[in-house]
This record gives sequence, C-alpha cells and structure tokens, in this order.
Amino acid sequence: MIYLVPPGLYAIGAPAPDDPVVVTANYKMSYDIVRQALSGRNVWLLVLETFGINVWCAAGKGTFGTDELVRRIEATGLAGVVTHRRLLLPILGAPGVAAHEVKRRTGFTVHYATIRAADLAEYLDNGMVTTPAMRELTFTFSERLALVPVELVQALKPATVIILCLFLIGYLFWTPIAGLKASLAYLGAMLTGVAVGPMLLPWLPGRGFSIKGAVTGLAWSAAWYLLAGGNGWGWPVTAAAFIALPAVSAFHTLNFTGCSTYTSRTGVKKEMRLSMPAMGGAIAVSLLLLLAGRFL
Amino acid sequence: MKGFRYLRDATTLELHESACIGCGRCLDVCPHLVFCLSDKKARITDRDACMECGACRRNCPADAISVDAGVGCASGIINEWLRERKIRGVGGGCCS
Repeated sequence: MIYLVPPGLYAIGAPAPDDPVVVTANYKMSYDIVRQALSGRNVWLLVLETFGINVWCAAGKGTFGTDELVRRIEATGLAGVVTHRRLLLPILGAPGVAAHEVKRRTGFTVHYATIRAADLAEYLDNGMVTTPAMRELTFTFSERLALVPVELVQALKPATVIILCLFLIGYLFWTPIAGLKASLAYLGAMLTGVAVGPMLLPWLPGRGFSIKGAVTGLAWSAAWYLLAGGNGWGWPVTAAAFIALPAVSAFHTLNFTGCSTYTSRTGVKKEMRLSMPAMGGAIAVSLLLLLAGRFL
Repeated sequence: MKGFRYLRDATTLELHESACIGCGRCLDVCPHLVFCLSDKKARITDRDACMECGACRRNCPADAISVDAGVGCASGIINEWLRERKIRGVGGGCCS
C-alpha cells in the first residue's frame, strides 16, 4: 500500500484564480478526507511533503512547517495561479507553521480554518469564519474506538513473548493448566488496558491514565477470579492476581496517552515518574507472592 | 476539552503579558481554548487544559509565549529514556 501523495498543487473541481487554497499533508488519508469533504466545490489543494505523516504528527515534527509551506508555495508558483493571498490551514497544523513568518516570506496570509476536514465546507459557507465548534477538539467514543485496533497490534508483539514466558513458568513450576491460566489472566489484563480503559476513558475515576487503567484492571481481576475458580487459589495467588493484573492494565492504558488529544508532555512525564515504579513494584511483589506460595 | 481533564498544574506554558500585542493569534490556534482576549491582551483562562503542542508559541509574532512543546506520549517518552541510557528501545515512537 502506498500512503503518500506527491506534494504539489491539486485542483478539486475546476477552481478559478480567486478560489480558496486549502493546505494539507501528503498522507493519503488526509488528502482523501479533504478531497471528499470538498467534493462538488472548486478549491485549490496545496499538498505539503510530510513523508506520508498526518498533519498533527507532522506539525509536531516540523515537517508540516513554515519552511515546507514556503518552499511548496514557491515550487508550485502559487502566487501566479491565484489572485488572492489567502491560505486555509488545518488548526492542528499550527504547532509547525508560524503564520507571521509565512506572511513575511511569501505575502500569503495563513488562516487557521478548522480542526476537522469535515467542517471545511461549512467554514467556506460561513464566510470563512471559524465557529467555536470548529475550533474545539473532541475525543468521542467512536474516535477512541477507532484507535484501539492500532494500539492492539502494537501491544501484541511484546504480549506474545510475555504470554509464552508465563505459560512456560506455570508449566515448569506448577501445572500446564496453571501456565494456561496465568497466560489468559495476563492476556485479559492487557486487553482490558488496551481496549476497555480507552473506551471508558472519560467515565473512569482519576485524571491519570494509569489510575483509570488500574481501575479497569481491578475489575478484570475480579472477573477472572470468578471465571477461573478463584476460591480454590489460595491467598498468595489471589493476592498476586489482584496486585499484578491492575498493574498490567494500568501500563497499557497509560500508553494510550500517545493517542489522546489532551495530555501534555509534562503531565505524562509526571505521571510516568509516579506510576512506573508502582507498576514495577506491583509485578515484583506478585512474583514474590507466587514463588513464596509455591516453595515455602 | 469537554469531559476530559488531565493532571493539574502539568504544563510549562507561560504568557508574558507585557510583551503581548493582543493580536489574538493564540486564540486562533489553541485547540483547547486555553486563552481569551481582554483589554487588548491575551490571558490564560484555562492553563490546565494545555497539552503543550506549542502552536501558540510558534504563532506568536511578539514572542510573548513560552512553552516546552512536545508530544505527551508514554511510549515515546520511554524510548527517549532508553535512548538517553543508550539502551535500544523495543517499541516504536509515537506517530511512527
């Protein structure tokens, strides 16, 4: 699959020299969504070279940035194609583009239009005025749900290794059934942290993602206790399950900060400094409990 | 953002009002409605909503805003820490 569109100036419909210029990234999906949102209109589409990365991530890296915009305006001869000097940029491109520098270097005025491409048509119909709704980020249930499969694929590789290790340890020191149960308990906690935590995000208690993940992990521990015949476990195994599984879920939900649209870098660092030792400690205590229960 | 709140007092965002020329660019670019304009000066009304994307600083023609911009992403930060300690990371960063 090719996710790149060649950068340059594109026409949607049959734009005239006084029609608007919309700027986007050369990630195929960004390009397609913008074209779809503006189908049936006459608009110029200036595609920047972001190496197949979406606007938001590329702006953070600086590839959707002032220099590339200036370069692309010059390379396409945009000033000779259109008679006006207005560029419509996605609001989430703003971390990379300094509007006043673009103005100074090219004469073009940057207008930060909307966050979502889907609002572009309404923005144009609204006399190119951004309404508060077009400016506000959202993180709806379906937006979060769409991110879960991506997170899941990324989590699966390390999870497979851990599952195999857990199975082997259970098999060698206890019974094959115990190995299987340990693997499944972990798998459930991982899935809970990757999928359930993010989906229920705004409704879970706490502000930190790890707290939210730990809460769902605790619910999984209880569910697993009921499913896997926990009343026959003995207290060390029970305690280990209720300490380790929430830590696993907490870790994976903490990872969802990378997908979220409202966590600051300072905040995530702060949360990690507090939560990572707690998670590591929980895993260590659980292992000790299991070994003590087995060998003492 | 409606319905979502991250940690309190966890942003490096600072607005130097004496340098502000009141152009309102920061209001245009902030996706979390952190700023408002009053008496021809920008003001921070919702500091805790800041996600440190750096759009305001980048677009401030008066250099009145400072923020240590970056992506708030746990796996990216883990990889950074691993790199600082010269240990090869296992996962990828954010946004590939």
